[in-house]
Amino acid sequence: MNPIPVPRDIPLPLPAPEPVLVAVLVVFFLMHIAFVNFMVGGALLSFYYEVRGLKEKRYDALAYEIASTITANKSIAVVLGVGPLLAINTLYTVYFYTANALTGTFWISIIPLVVVAFLLTYMHKYLWKQMEGRKGLHLAIALAACLIFLFIPLIFLANINLMLFPEKWGTVHGFFSALALPNVLPRYAHFVLACPAMTGLLMVWLFRRRSAAEAQAMGFSREELIRSGYSWVLWPTLAQFVVGPVALLTLPDVSGSTTSTMGIFSLSILASLWMTLLIFIETRRPAERIGRSFAGICLLMLSVVVLMGAGRHLYREAALSQHRELVRAKTADYMHRVEEANKAANPGGGQRRP
Amino acid sequence: MDFPVFHLDILGNRGLIAVIAILHVLINHGLAVGMMPLVACLEWYGLRKQDRKWDDLAYKILFVSFIITTTAGALSGVGIWLSVSLVNPYSIGSLIRVFFWAWFVEWLVFITEVCLIVAYTLTWKKWRDGAAKRRHVKLGFALGLFSWITMAIIVSILGFMMDPGNWLADNTLLAGFTNPIYLPQLAFRTPLAAAMAGIIALFLVPFFVPHWEPLRRDATRAIALWTLFFAPFVLAGGWWYYSVVPSVMKDNLAVSALTLAFSGWLDDLLWIAVFTMVAILAVVQLAIARPALVPRVAFLFPLVAILWMTGHFERVREFIRKPYVIGRYMYANGVRVEDYALLQRDGVLAYATYSTPLTDAEKATIPGTLSPSARQAALDRLQKGKDVFMDTCSRCHTTHGVNAVAAHLQRLFGDQPWKPDLTLGYLENMHNAQPFMPPFPGTRQELGLLAVYLEQLQHNAAPTTGAQQAGVVIAPAAAPREAASRKLEGSAAR
Repeated sequence: MNPIPVPRDIPLPLPAPEPVLVAVLVVFFLMHIAFVNFMVGGALLSFYYEVRGLKEKRYDALAYEIASTITANKSIAVVLGVGPLLAINTLYTVYFYTANALTGTFWISIIPLVVVAFLLTYMHKYLWKQMEGRKGLHLAIALAACLIFLFIPLIFLANINLMLFPEKWGTVHGFFSALALPNVLPRYAHFVLACPAMTGLLMVWLFRRRSAAEAQAMGFSREELIRSGYSWVLWPTLAQFVVGPVALLTLPDVSGSTTSTMGIFSLSILASLWMTLLIFIETRRPAERIGRSFAGICLLMLSVVVLMGAGRHLYREAALSQHRELVRAKTADYMHRVEEANKAANPGGGQRRP
Repeated sequence: MDFPVFHLDILGNRGLIAVIAILHVLINHGLAVGMMPLVACLEWYGLRKQDRKWDDLAYKILFVSFIITTTAGALSGVGIWLSVSLVNPYSIGSLIRVFFWAWFVEWLVFITEVCLIVAYTLTWKKWRDGAAKRRHVKLGFALGLFSWITMAIIVSILGFMMDPGNWLADNTLLAGFTNPIYLPQLAFRTPLAAAMAGIIALFLVPFFVPHWEPLRRDATRAIALWTLFFAPFVLAGGWWYYSVVPSVMKDNLAVSALTLAFSGWLDDLLWIAVFTMVAILAVVQLAIARPALVPRVAFLFPLVAILWMTGHFERVREFIRKPYVIGRYMYANGVRVEDYALLQRDGVLAYATYSTPLTDAEKATIPGTLSPSARQAALDRLQKGKDVFMDTCSRCHTTHGVNAVAAHLQRLFGDQPWKPDLTLGYLENMHNAQPFMPPFPGTRQELGLLAVYLEQLQHNAAPTTGAQQAGVVIAPAAAPREAASRKLEGSAAR
């Protein structure tokens, strides 16, 4: 049995009612993660199509189109991450900072890793034409960016997971042992599969707006591009029906009730099933009708994402609510002692200045 | 105490923050806040003169700024946050509680700024003519405005850390935001950013325009005029800023600027700074009067000089507020002023949640000749000494790396053995001799334990480790709490 640390919190009041901070955390985190999905998925798909482009030139043009979306998406992904970071710092100060410190070297290496990955994506995009004759090197740049993009989420997941389990804090020795805690890798697989799926939707959105002539200029028919976007959503989503339940079942038992978490995740599975069915129907539609259900599919994806966000939050609360009570009590007790010590040291009143 | 102690024993924890923060300030001031209005002015001038060459030059300067600000610039901003939350979670945790809404609004402005810079860069080649071009120029000025607003918000938090002003009495965001150092610091940083952008642009022009083009001469002169225009405002803002720095902090100036070892060289440093300023202005003046005569390499000097001076200024600003990390509220060791009465009575270790395990090299300093029980007692003492070191010294000091305690002991006591009897007297009164040092927050007995830990550093030069490598042990003092958390343990065991 591991001893459970009960540290004190920062002894200043929360700057806003808790539900407001929760709303900031959950809503903006979902927006952030959607753009992270577009960014990572875009890098992966662009790399895949560029490799195909070695044999069939038109895929190279498609790879460039996808690479071009990363420039804006990655900037928005970073900037949207700041708000949720602010909220999680405020709401879960003790938990988040503890996990950060225990994985510190890797946690801070997020910064240089993201900088290098971004510079590589810029090189990849802006030197596309100049490096036409050096495809091997150009692909190596894209691959390096993809590998870094795939590694960084592991650091975040190790932290987000570790913060939920105070009983593990005394057992962890650095990042890799935090990574080895149950549930990190299934959640990672769940995230990675979402990247091509979300980018597939982005492709459909992008190419639905294009005219047949514009698609033709790239060497594709419009419906072909839309169909390949949908297939990027379809296959990873089908795989999620295996990975998702594994991630759910490997969630460690926690002190609070997880009934509502399970209910919400079950709803998300139902919404995913409906979405998958609609996508399957879309891919079977003839050229003139393809894309008709796009809005419905997006709405369903949005509902799945919202349910995921809500489920994550409820599980986090179930894991931490009792411990947070202990932390609150400990902090109040400490502040009482501080006050009493100051009074004893300085009976005339006022705060003692050492 | 309440967070596992992240510790970098070679670079030093403050070193980590300094590297990231200084990089961020240089990029933010030079390539965003100052550069965006300058680029918009160049674009506007090209439109007015109907000369595409000015437009092309503006785009190239923007492109360099775009690449750097959206990578190292944006990420080093987040990096300050991540590094401070590792190094001093107590201070950033407190600042966030006070400034949450300021940071939130700053974040919304930052989102706008990022969207604007992406739009401004990516539409440059598309919105080329007529109304679209005029709209594009306006977009550039809007971007400049939003870049400035983000800085204007953050500067308030920097001012607060030096002097929280009325916040100590009434604890409101408004009182914290309108701290006495806010406006003077903003008045200094705004023209500094503009001048810095001018100097960077002067350096870039020769890379983008060949020397035979008349544009090289015209652009150099125009940008040099921009730089010179802001110079007096930098000096005036700097003077106003200096005048509001609390006088007790000014006593720290020599150590802030030069470290303790070189603190006697303050006059020399000031002369070097004055010489550097004059030299920068001389190059800028020459670029206005005889732009064709200035060789490309000459612009390297003002560039390096302004980057060095701004970086150095940030170091001084960070150090000068010592012994506090948040003026008169929290010491640099992360302990609140208010906590001292309790901790000096009961001890720091009595309230510490975590202990950082000893390294093998530290354990090896215990003589092998001791009996097992004496050895265990010595190990316990050393462990407690290390925990006192980690909880009260390690936020600023390393053992043998940057700002090493071993180096300070060597300077004070030389090669005579650093016995606790010798060092204790100094440690006790250190904050009187060195006003930038916080008083020791623990008991006299804990100071003795610290002296035991320091003693072994004389013969053990191996770096010590922080929680990110060694993990933590839940401190024995926390044991009674286990009873209260039995229910949680039950679920953990499951």
